[in-house]
Amino acid sequence: MEAVYLTFVFVLAIFLGFELISKVPSILHTPLMSGSNAISGITLIGALASLQTDHHGFTAFLGTLAVIFATINVVGGYAVTNRMLEMFKKKDEGGGQ
Amino acid sequence: MNVSMIGINFAYVISAALFIFGLKMLSSPATARRGNLVSALGMLLAIVVTLLAQGLDYKWIILGMAVGTAIGLVAAYRVEMTAMPEMVALFNGFGGIASLLLAWGEYHQYPQMSTFIAIVAFLSAFIGGVTFTGSMVAYGKLAGRINTKAILFKGQHLINAGILLLAIGAAVLFSMHPASGGGYALFLLIIVLALSFGVTSTIPIGGADMPVVISLLNSYSGLAACAAGFVISNNILIVAGALVGASGIILTNIMCKAMNRSLANVLFSGFGAVTQAGEGGGEQGEIRPATAEDVYYILEAADSVVFVPGYGLAVAQAQHVVRELGDLLEANGTEVSYAIHPVAGRMPGHMNVLLAEANVPYDQLVEMDDINPRMDSVDVCVVIGANDVVNPAALEDESSPIYGMPIIETFRAKTVIVLKRSMNPGFAGIQNALFFRPNTRMFFGDAKASIQALIAEFKGSD
Repeated sequence: MEAVYLTFVFVLAIFLGFELISKVPSILHTPLMSGSNAISGITLIGALASLQTDHHGFTAFLGTLAVIFATINVVGGYAVTNRMLEMFKKKDEGGGQ
Repeated sequence: MNVSMIGINFAYVISAALFIFGLKMLSSPATARRGNLVSALGMLLAIVVTLLAQGLDYKWIILGMAVGTAIGLVAAYRVEMTAMPEMVALFNGFGGIASLLLAWGEYHQYPQMSTFIAIVAFLSAFIGGVTFTGSMVAYGKLAGRINTKAILFKGQHLINAGILLLAIGAAVLFSMHPASGGGYALFLLIIVLALSFGVTSTIPIGGADMPVVISLLNSYSGLAACAAGFVISNNILIVAGALVGASGIILTNIMCKAMNRSLANVLFSGFGAVTQAGEGGGEQGEIRPATAEDVYYILEAADSVVFVPGYGLAVAQAQHVVRELGDLLEANGTEVSYAIHPVAGRMPGHMNVLLAEANVPYDQLVEMDDINPRMDSVDVCVVIGANDVVNPAALEDESSPIYGMPIIETFRAKTVIVLKRSMNPGFAGIQNALFFRPNTRMFFGDAKASIQALIAEFKGSD
């Protein structure tokens, strides 16, 4: 039953994703890509939850590695997207001159 | 489900809503920055409530997050805007490997998996592994560390198909008996196959097709996170992963359409591996070189100027001088805009980011479909380091490999000035018919130095 319920959530989220993204103008494609890339670092949540005190040795090692990589993805992704978006300015905001 | 679990899951619902709002706000330049922060807030919330759960081993968590944050921040603030495609590829790959490691760790700890969990664990590890090595190859190509041309080898499709079939076979056996000793060996085999497949499937794809590859890998990294969410029955991973997966697929589709090629053609044809020997003989004619002074007089007299940037702009780091020239033209009473092809550069929107970095206001950036209908009334088009995306052969020459690709129709402007290093053909290895048109002038040299020379002409005339 759990599998059915999770699949249900998955299918709805895919449709929602298609709806949301199809409206992004091409000038924002790079920030969209790096911003959504940061979201894909959500694996971090799973990696954090997997590091439990009763897990030792190799499991803890794999979990720690996963946390490191996912954190780079999340922190780096959001930071670099923010840096890019800071630069998008309109003319009357003083961008031109 | 106890009370704290319900609380955590409720917070995940809020996180998911913040991701959705964030992505929605990314669809307008005015709200995009706040959108990214909203999405980051969603992530922060999810992380904090996850850390509140009972029984976590904080020493590893703190170590992992400290190392990851330090690396992520340094990379994000050091990177040059011109190097953004390789940065995104790198981050993408890290997301993929994290999903692989998560699935592995979960399997290592609880080998007694149901068939369904075993299948999604396979998917998470396989897609994650392909994303990782695929992104590393893409990174290597974009950063110029490995050959950017399409690398073709004998029996390539057979090898790829073989790896894929082997992986599926291993997955079937693995999901039937995940807990056995053989199951663990199969899981390791799947990881090795995934890592190899990422390399063998990405290496044949050439530099100018990178926008498609990066979009696709972006999608994979989302789907890998999604599969990892199924493994640990976690809704937030599934929702966030699916959103990213969908966004990557849409971008992939947009990029393919902008090149008038199918995804299969981009992935399997080895486009761009042909060298200039093959094509280009037919379209020869006379080229008309121009000096900085000639170009200055043309620009000085123009009422409207459209800059058409390409990857060469990024290579020459010429975005700032282009903006300076644009400002001088505007001060001279010329209407200035920047026409951007969807696949110009090495990732979707690459040129927009570079011009934004140089403080070009985004309302001066126009899309291909907006500029083409009024191209006839444009006085001067200045093509900077773009080649295939302005090649009229795409419209006129049915034998051309790029025939059918939508282009920015610069040849219809009254005058076209092409800034180019030399007469070498573009990425696709085909000679550009635009260079031989009667209304085209070639301005040879490094793009940045050439534009600086023009700026000097403008300043000298005051």
